[in-house]
Amino acid sequence: MKKGRANIAGNRLEWLLTLPSMGWLLFFFAVPTVLILVMSFKPANAYGGFGEGWTLKAWIDMGHPSYPLIVWRTIWLSLLTTIICIGFALPAGFLLGLIRSKWRNILLLLVIVPFWTNFLIRVFAWKVLLHPLGYLKRALMLVGLASDETLLLYNEWAVLLVMVYTYLPFAILPIYAASEKFDYSLLDAARDLGASASKAFWLVFVPGIQRGLMAAVAMVLIPALGSYIIPDMVGGPSGEMIGNMIARRVFNDRNWPHAAALAGLLMIVTLAPVLVAFFTEKQHAAGATREGGGEAE
Amino acid sequence: MNEFLVFEGVTKRYGDFYAVRDVTFEVRQGEIFALLGPSGCGKTTLLRMLAGFIEPDAGRILVDGKDVTGIPPDKRPVNTVFQSYALFPHLTIRDNIGFGLKMARRGKAEIAAEVDRMLDLVDLVEHADKKPDQISGGQKQRVAIARALVNKPRVLLLDEPLAALDLKLRQRLLVELDEIHDEVGITFLYVTHDQTEAMAISDRIGVMNRGRVAQIGAPAEIYESPVDSFVAAFIGDTNFLEGRVIERLGDEYSLVAIEAMGEIRVYNDREISPGDEIHLSLRPEKLSIQTSAPAATDEARNAIEGTVEDVIYLGALTRYWVRTGERRLAVERQHSRFLLDEKPPTWGDKVWVRWRADDGYLLRDFAPEHAEMLSLPAETE
Repeated sequence: MKKGRANIAGNRLEWLLTLPSMGWLLFFFAVPTVLILVMSFKPANAYGGFGEGWTLKAWIDMGHPSYPLIVWRTIWLSLLTTIICIGFALPAGFLLGLIRSKWRNILLLLVIVPFWTNFLIRVFAWKVLLHPLGYLKRALMLVGLASDETLLLYNEWAVLLVMVYTYLPFAILPIYAASEKFDYSLLDAARDLGASASKAFWLVFVPGIQRGLMAAVAMVLIPALGSYIIPDMVGGPSGEMIGNMIARRVFNDRNWPHAAALAGLLMIVTLAPVLVAFFTEKQHAAGATREGGGEAE
Repeated sequence: MNEFLVFEGVTKRYGDFYAVRDVTFEVRQGEIFALLGPSGCGKTTLLRMLAGFIEPDAGRILVDGKDVTGIPPDKRPVNTVFQSYALFPHLTIRDNIGFGLKMARRGKAEIAAEVDRMLDLVDLVEHADKKPDQISGGQKQRVAIARALVNKPRVLLLDEPLAALDLKLRQRLLVELDEIHDEVGITFLYVTHDQTEAMAISDRIGVMNRGRVAQIGAPAEIYESPVDSFVAAFIGDTNFLEGRVIERLGDEYSLVAIEAMGEIRVYNDREISPGDEIHLSLRPEKLSIQTSAPAATDEARNAIEGTVEDVIYLGALTRYWVRTGERRLAVERQHSRFLLDEKPPTWGDKVWVRWRADDGYLLRDFAPEHAEMLSLPAETE
């Protein structure tokens, strides 16, 4: 009896504790999202805002031939950013989890240090660095890797470079968090059973930090898909992404419903990987609930 | 021919600290050889050097005549059962056991058949498709053994394999391990700090201390005739008696004056002559305790009068601490009869402690600090 009552009290407490964050999500995420989706079915108003009645015009207008190119660029730039970030973050997270000394803290600090500088200033610094008269280009010309016509700034590659730079810590940190809990003696066991060092890494370490890896992918891919400042500052016309398109519709054309429809499209593109992650995670969790019934040693 | 696994002058140092110092010994094919010692004695370092995770600074390790030093762990003909099991949490029991065969690029059907055979051997058929965190500690242990054995290693290395389990399970798995050994006939190198485990399972034991092998021998040899005070104190319990030889009594016995106790007879385990300082190890279970004065003793027996200072009842036996003169003796009395019908000696009783002169053993080396390892330190207060 007592236990049952304690459980009910525990449940009520849990609800109370969850309420603030639920409220926050409701008012600052769910409601605005719905408002934006609703707005995308309204007619445009030339003076800003939106008009009366309902229409599908904003969604139909997205069939404009210039859009597929930008959507495709957004997707491949984000995917490539994610792949490169994970490519760096896996070995970095592996080493950060392996070393056990003050070095680990120093290296972790180095990963986090960029956050101490304003994001805009960091992107602007890249702009200076990649500028046609900047140090990087001059250095590359000196060793013969670039000519006078080479453009480092205002193209997709500049966007990719700065996105990888910006999102790398978001890939390293979750992978480190997982590898810190990873039992490295499993790699000894794999080697002992005949696995080469690289096989041990791919067949034992990577599955072992799977959750961290998924988190890293989500932490990079989702913000990358919604990038706006980076392509705006270093991308130029050939480096535009959906985010820039939305901004242009809002600020230049004052076509809010169209911007809202674009935002809806971006959300669909973003949600796809999240849903995939969510459902595979759910399966994983279903397998793991039996852990609790395991053995007391 | 018998020298199947050979450690030859193996040394490993970390800075000024020698983890393993010039260790040389051989393990015979098919035997269970235990490396026994306290933590930090170098036994695990030796095992990891054989597995290939640590390279020795000097010396060689040979498996079946072939020098394996310098070969990476995945290319060595040995497999390890790790202390923490180190089962792959993302793989099923079946895939855990099949991992090594998969690495060796064996065919799918062959792997399945071999894994089934192993599952059967360690009695885990019904758990084959579970994940490691869904089975008990003892089952994990058996998976770890099967996962190593399935690769048919030349030597199976076991690193404190039962340390994480409780006593009863440990005893049962020990028997199982022995049966598995009989069945597969593979050479086992068994590292442990638990002397009962080592004695129960091994054909021979190498007792290690401070990076060196102190003594190698069959369990009974090690227990009955320890070379020095470390081995005597580490394996089982004992009494250390220090004294000086007074005179030889024929070929077999000598008369010895024991410090703070009196004169006793000892068997000449080695050549001793009057005036020599000797250290005797006397196991508590070799002593008997009685409340009545013994009849006149023959020259092969010793009898010392004392007072019972402490009694510890342990079920199968009772341990007595008897004060004789200025020192205490630990005595163990087995209960082979129904104890409640007897009137065993108790606190404060006057008793006689008796033993045969040849039941003690003269140590070759003695260091006073080893007396601290005994349950009853020799000197009191």
